[in-house]
Amino acid sequence: MSNAAIATADAPASAASVPALSVRNLHKRFGPVEVLKGISLEAKEGEVISILGSSGSGKSTMLRCINLLEQPDEGVITVSGETIGLVKTKAGSTRPADIAQVERIRSQLGMVFQSFNLWSHKTVIENVVEAPIHVQKRARAECMDEAEALLAKVGIADKRNHYPSQLSGGQQQRAAIARALAMRPKVMLFDEPTSALDPELVGEVLRVMRGLAEEGRTMLVVTHEMGFARDVSSRVIFLHKGAIEAEGTPHDLFTNAASERFRQFISKA
Amino acid sequence: MDFAFAYDTLLTLLPAVPLTLLLAFNAILFGAVLALGLALCRISGLAILDWPARAYIFAFRGTPLLVQLFLIYYGLGQFPAVRHSILWPILREPYWCAVIALTLNTAAYASEIIRGGLLSVPHGQIEAAKACGMSRLLMARRIVLPLAIRQALPGYGNEMITMVKATSLASIITLMEITGVAAKLISETYRVMEVFIVAGALYLAINFVLTRLLALVERWLNPDARRRAQHPIAAAEEVTA
Repeated sequence: MSNAAIATADAPASAASVPALSVRNLHKRFGPVEVLKGISLEAKEGEVISILGSSGSGKSTMLRCINLLEQPDEGVITVSGETIGLVKTKAGSTRPADIAQVERIRSQLGMVFQSFNLWSHKTVIENVVEAPIHVQKRARAECMDEAEALLAKVGIADKRNHYPSQLSGGQQQRAAIARALAMRPKVMLFDEPTSALDPELVGEVLRVMRGLAEEGRTMLVVTHEMGFARDVSSRVIFLHKGAIEAEGTPHDLFTNAASERFRQFISKA
Repeated sequence: MDFAFAYDTLLTLLPAVPLTLLLAFNAILFGAVLALGLALCRISGLAILDWPARAYIFAFRGTPLLVQLFLIYYGLGQFPAVRHSILWPILREPYWCAVIALTLNTAAYASEIIRGGLLSVPHGQIEAAKACGMSRLLMARRIVLPLAIRQALPGYGNEMITMVKATSLASIITLMEITGVAAKLISETYRVMEVFIVAGALYLAINFVLTRLLALVERWLNPDARRRAQHPIAAAEEVTA
């Protein structure tokens, strides 16, 4: 009884002190091109970080290195206090020390792609329950109930039995967000989630993302949506040529950024 | 055309149908397993697996099935080592020689069909599977193979039909399947037209059933495509709604 009381009292304190995600000194090169030149960032529980930068600045690569869709050449990635084990290779890069650990950590990071990447042979609800059932080995009935609730939350409950090809881009992206949420991820990673959408469909996806931010989810959002970065995120990171050029609260950055490059960037956007 | 004789011929040829089906079924089944292995070797990116598979496919696609059948049935038996090996009880049977030749032959073609299917799986859908923590095996089972099979099925259907017809070559190594019985009947009656028309009709019937089965499987695997094929306008309206 007293033990349980201590445990619950301790939990919020430790959760607050351990960042949901920490990246230190991330390096990545593609052949002779150094795409990431030592990036460090930390996302506390509930933070929404927008990552801005012109194309080629390395922002998508950075996001993809976090769940090892790209293999970083150097760096330390820690999710909720657990560091991904990386081993140096002879070629000067790294490889996972334990692929099972990587798979477990990936399942704690919900990824949303620019091109949705829903599984085309499965219906919307099958897409959503796939990983909870087969990766997390949770009970089917429970997963189905949760999936229904998530689809209602992103506003496509009526499309549950449709195939991805029968949905609009905005609906597909919202289904993809529901699929990522179904894993109960500790951090959500968004890789330009609205860049492939027709202008009139961007709003519906941004509304869903704003809702997630408001309920306190930890999110890393690579985006070109200045409005989202300014109004929704708690912090903005501006990448330039593979390094962090500017960083701060949206208010500080958008009103009086020290970086001339960032001022140029937002004036063009 | 003597219909009474054709009917008698049909009754004579029907008992040979099971052997034809058995040859085709076994060759397609074993061939599929071997083909999957070859396709995986081809896309492994490892030269030590890729090159033997390439050589195998080159040899078995580039030579006639009949030559392969002769080599296996007549050729292998000339080596004392083969005759004294534990495989001899199998290799001396014309039935198994035919199954082996058909299997090895179809595997070469089918492996390229499967490879095409595997390569057609969209990269993004594989990344999505990785990103949610799927292991390689789970990903293969739940995402990659189901998508690859859908893509490969029409081409694989062709290969299966080819195999049904290729079983007729087994008659040359004494097997009494449809063509074997038909040839024997002709040598007794000299009535080529009736006998071969009935034999041809039997192959046609088998392949008719096979194509219907393949179409069923295809529809079962692609409920979305079926819906859209039936209601192209309704489906289009739904998307915009």
